[in-house]
Amino acid sequence: MNALPSPDRLPVSAPPRQAPADPAVNKSPYSMSSQPFLKVEGLKRQFAQPGNPDPAPVFEDVHFGIERGQFVCVLGHSGCGKTTILNILAGLDEATAGHVIMDGREVRGPSLDRGVVFQGHALMPWLSALKNVEFAVRSRHPDWSAKQVREHAVKYLELVHLGHALDKKPAELSGGMKQRVGIARAFSIEPKMLLLDEPFGALDALTRGSIQDELIGIVEATQQTVFMITHDVDEAILLADRIVLMTNGPRAKIAEIVVNPLARPRVRETLHQQPAFYTLRNHLVDFLVKRSREFQPGPGWDAKNPPLVHPGQSSQPA
Amino acid sequence: MKKPWLAPLLSALFFGLFVGVWYLATSAGAPAAAAPAMDPEYAALMGTQAQAGGQSAMPGPGEVAAKIWEHLSDPFYDRGTNDKGLGIQIAYSIARVLAGYLLAALVAIPLGFVIGMSPLVYKALDPFIQILKPISPLAWMPLALYTIKDSGISAIFVIFICSLWPMLVNTAFGVASVRREWLNVARTLEVSPLHKAFQVILPAAAPTILTGMRISIGIAWLVIVAAEMLVGGTGIGYFVWNEWNNLSITNIITAILLIGLVGMLLDHLLAWVARAISWRE
Repeated sequence: MNALPSPDRLPVSAPPRQAPADPAVNKSPYSMSSQPFLKVEGLKRQFAQPGNPDPAPVFEDVHFGIERGQFVCVLGHSGCGKTTILNILAGLDEATAGHVIMDGREVRGPSLDRGVVFQGHALMPWLSALKNVEFAVRSRHPDWSAKQVREHAVKYLELVHLGHALDKKPAELSGGMKQRVGIARAFSIEPKMLLLDEPFGALDALTRGSIQDELIGIVEATQQTVFMITHDVDEAILLADRIVLMTNGPRAKIAEIVVNPLARPRVRETLHQQPAFYTLRNHLVDFLVKRSREFQPGPGWDAKNPPLVHPGQSSQPA
Repeated sequence: MKKPWLAPLLSALFFGLFVGVWYLATSAGAPAAAAPAMDPEYAALMGTQAQAGGQSAMPGPGEVAAKIWEHLSDPFYDRGTNDKGLGIQIAYSIARVLAGYLLAALVAIPLGFVIGMSPLVYKALDPFIQILKPISPLAWMPLALYTIKDSGISAIFVIFICSLWPMLVNTAFGVASVRREWLNVARTLEVSPLHKAFQVILPAAAPTILTGMRISIGIAWLVIVAAEMLVGGTGIGYFVWNEWNNLSITNIITAILLIGLVGMLLDHLLAWVARAISWRE
């Protein structure tokens, strides 16, 4: 059984000037409806070790799909291969087995179709915030004039509220501001999909909160499809439509995919007042502290179709 | 409390102390040396030098200062092969150093780039670099003179070979240690290899490359004096050797000071460039 697309978050490609640039965005009506936008099949990754030709894979038999416009978080402990999965989706790493299909095409190598926000901001320290974003815009649109590139970059930096810090070098920016430049850079190329690798892991709670809000805003405005790694339960609850739960490595698997029942728009301040919040939170925390370690595939569990779980609903679909 | 004038004051004090000791050391021998009578015929043969008797040729600070002033007031005179102004001599040396150095940069930086990018090339070339690097540049001189046959170009070659290694090794190291994440950014943005080389790797490695270039210019300036002593003709090294043959210690000291001064300027020039292109995380 396949995950249904969340109710009509079909892309309207919010940056309006850009709408015709990406024909694939509009072809969803005739793309095979049974195929999700991104499909991960049988993914496995072994890291060769000297003297051990067949070490235990970090993860294996990983199957899941992401619908267009969906925000998917992967939750799991360190060492379960979350970052490796993201790198494979990005095309920066290669799977030992299995493959990734995005928009009907197999992912082979990195591409401008998938923007990445790296764990460390990965800004180039010799370039100003603006130049960092311009660098990305220029590689997306080599034919644009310097003025066009600049305007486009400024627009995205303003989206993350950095309009005042365009000419600052990364060294002059705080950790949160650096990560916001990283986000602006990833959004500025208007990829088909955005990959975020624990983007807020190194930030303090206050900064993290405000950037999460910005991320919600920019994702809602652009209807971006997002795949994000986190180990922060509350972050996953706030941001995700689906939360993929991974067991501990080695041989990590997807135990289940949790459907986030909380209504959008979600506001951090009032989120915990929604009735479903604590059921969901408890479910996730319970997984992280206990079940991620003890998970054993039951008789009904099928790696190819990890169970969709609706915490708080009496009848849980298998 | 900060006292910014303290260090310069101390420097001036040390300088005064040094000049004082120097003055005392050179003036002490003078009265004693005046004593022995000189055979007038011998004095006529030996010229003015001998009229001072057995006095040491080591000048005092006053004589050196006067000489420096003399050179400074007319640095570019040219009165034949063995009598050129200090300005002309140092210009020859600087020109040779820059020629050899720039040639070396032209070879070392692209080659270092390739070595840094490719572990295979690095491994293949490493034994050669290891063996060639520790060779004293002057050891190449006879070979250069034999094959090139031109002493001026041979000197430039020696500068080339001694500036090559620090730039090569540093460029390779800087390029090889460009942070993975910046390369990944470039990969996900589908940046072409040429753009990646010039817009990511080069700026990332620039501070390391500049360090190599700074080491190289220092070595080149050390070597040029020795090289010019060997090849002769022109240059500050030749000047020093020529003045040794003239036993003009005053000129030698003046030249030594000038060599130090120019070396410092060259180093500061590159330090300034390094500051301009360095970045901070």
